[in-house]
Amino acid sequence: MKFRALALAAAVSAVGLTSATVSTAAFAQAKEQFFPVLVYRTGAYAANGNPWANGYVDYLKLVNAKGGVNGVKLSFEECEFGYATDRGVECYERLKGKGATVFQPLSTGVTFALTDKAPVDKIPLVTAGYGRSESQDGSVFNWNFPLLGTYWVGADVAIQHIAKQAGGLDKLKGKKIALVYHDSPFGKEPIPLLQERAKMHGFELMLLPVAHPGVEQKATWLQIRQARPDNVLLWGWGVMNSTALKEAQATGFAREKMLGIWWAGAEPDVKDVGAGAKGYAALTLQHSAEPNSKVVKDMLEMVHAKGQGTGPKEEVGSVLYMRGLISSMVAVEGVRKAQERYGKGKVMTGEQTRWGLENLNLDQKTLDGMGFAGVMRPVQTSCLDHMGSSWVRIQTWDGTKWTPGADWYQADEKLLRSMVLNASRKYAEEKKITPRTPEQCKQ
Amino acid sequence: MGFFIETLIGGLMAGMLYSLVALGFVLIFKSSGVFNFAQGAMVLFAALAMARFSEWANAALGGNSLFLANLIAFVGAGAVMWFVAWAVERFVLRKLVNQEGATLLMVTLGITYVLEGIGQTIFGSEIYNIDVGMPKEPVMMFESLFEGGILINKEDFIAALIAALLVGLLTLFFQKTPVGRALRAVADDHQAALSIGIPLNRIWVIVWLVAGVVALVAGIIWGSKLGVQFSLATVALRALPVVILGGLTSVPGAIVGGLIIGVGEKLSEVYIGPMVGGGIEIWFAYVLALVVLLFRPQGLFGEKIINRV
Repeated sequence: MKFRALALAAAVSAVGLTSATVSTAAFAQAKEQFFPVLVYRTGAYAANGNPWANGYVDYLKLVNAKGGVNGVKLSFEECEFGYATDRGVECYERLKGKGATVFQPLSTGVTFALTDKAPVDKIPLVTAGYGRSESQDGSVFNWNFPLLGTYWVGADVAIQHIAKQAGGLDKLKGKKIALVYHDSPFGKEPIPLLQERAKMHGFELMLLPVAHPGVEQKATWLQIRQARPDNVLLWGWGVMNSTALKEAQATGFAREKMLGIWWAGAEPDVKDVGAGAKGYAALTLQHSAEPNSKVVKDMLEMVHAKGQGTGPKEEVGSVLYMRGLISSMVAVEGVRKAQERYGKGKVMTGEQTRWGLENLNLDQKTLDGMGFAGVMRPVQTSCLDHMGSSWVRIQTWDGTKWTPGADWYQADEKLLRSMVLNASRKYAEEKKITPRTPEQCKQ
Repeated sequence: MGFFIETLIGGLMAGMLYSLVALGFVLIFKSSGVFNFAQGAMVLFAALAMARFSEWANAALGGNSLFLANLIAFVGAGAVMWFVAWAVERFVLRKLVNQEGATLLMVTLGITYVLEGIGQTIFGSEIYNIDVGMPKEPVMMFESLFEGGILINKEDFIAALIAALLVGLLTLFFQKTPVGRALRAVADDHQAALSIGIPLNRIWVIVWLVAGVVALVAGIIWGSKLGVQFSLATVALRALPVVILGGLTSVPGAIVGGLIIGVGEKLSEVYIGPMVGGGIEIWFAYVLALVVLLFRPQGLFGEKIINRV
């Protein structure tokens, strides 16, 4: 009895203490720019989700170590959703009321689910390198920002690269290209563009879906062995990528004929395949692994050396770490830009940050000054272009590390624009949205 | 014809690997009447232990002997699985003697989450490698008979042989040893087994340990193929239709069920998949199992359920 009373008292005290802590945190948060962070540190995609999340959070810490955004410190809270769309939406609902600046779900499925919610809650969705491709059209998708590149950009560059290797776009006629894709909104996203390109150039497109999480691909690769495509595009995430490379090895398909999207071109995808993946190439979302960049050196010196690093030091500068870091950087720069208009040193609302993201202008000098020299090229957004940049490189796995190629590609602007406008206008009709006019954009 | 045979062989070998995981389900159900939903998590846990112990042992040995490092890791991972078996009996099952099957099933769901969480906390959630020297390159056979030959995956072939060997050993264990007979008695009736002096607690530890060792072997084979990462836990979902089809109480059933499911899903994906947009192999296996359930609820080799009223 005595023990029970004691336990009860301890529990009550603990609850009281927790409430006090929460209240203090909430008060502190009111003066800070709050970044919700949707992560998957557990589950089938954790190996890829972890470095991204560590890069994202570390960059916020780096900005704080440098004094914040014009003095405004950044705070964050992680929410684990295991790459499950329903849990991602739950995280969004839980964190949106805490003064969320932007959401970056790192999931095309969650992006689709949140696209209708963001305008109501007035919180921008930044989807750097994923999400809905037509959301590049900011006149319809006011709150979506697929910064740096969409899957249509990736698919277009992939075809350009294959054509370049074959000797020109006209040489694609009669060729067979297989798309091995994650059977999810993410994996299906490039299909319309590839179908369009197939019609234009007369190549055959073979579609091979792989069910989540992608550990069983034997039948897929048997079909590839039978059909003998000239190239395989790998549109995978997580364990699906390494499994595909192992199956390619097991069925004798040349890795040199495989080209992955930028989510299939990181260390966890090839690490345990090692020399078996030699020759495999993947697109980059501008950056590759960047261990020698200045921003990485700053990170090691100002965050990790002080014991504040989120993940292991060895991971800093790896491909997905850099992806998370850059995703964080563009969101922070959106806030900085917004402060130029709405008041330096003030905490920005989601609506104000949206304006900042729509008017981003990160030129090379600015990027170099921030430590991104050699990592990425300029990004400039506008009302009609929420993507801001479509630069892509090709990197190749040499058995031990990724080596980026010297060539930079860009998506065919004419083709991309026409497809984006068609799809976004269709979306606007369905949702009864009136696209913003150029005059409205200036407001 | 060559391609059909190649798909068939691929399916048979994949089926043997499913059987290996399905065996874990069958062993525990056959011996304790518990449908162990945690078998997939046990595969993950065992594989994580093996991969990390091997990595640490290899580093400690200066990278000089991978074989010795793997041997140490195998013993270490076996000890970990023994501890898991002991802990499950001591802290979970001991309190639940003679409870309903549904209660015990729910408990194993809880064990799943605990093992997945603890496994990733202790050993990490990255992708780890198990290198037991499995050959990765394919071999071509019968090139003179079929155009392009028949491609055989050496790794799958060796894995299938190991699985077959393990099945043989387990069948002997169940049929020919006193412990095996005691396990079967416990499965029939907990109280009756206790009344004739069978030590229930010790038997449960033994059966969970045997299932743990099966999980370890499955984890090594699957981990060598796929890399050791969280998705190994989902491999158990591939074995569910196998046990439904083969019957929960039959070791040979797990093997035959595995082979049927393996062949069925590969042939369906290759020959029916393209007509319906592909990606059908996972649900096709369940459809196949459901069709069997319609006609034989106890599965192909399961014991017929007779309730006296």
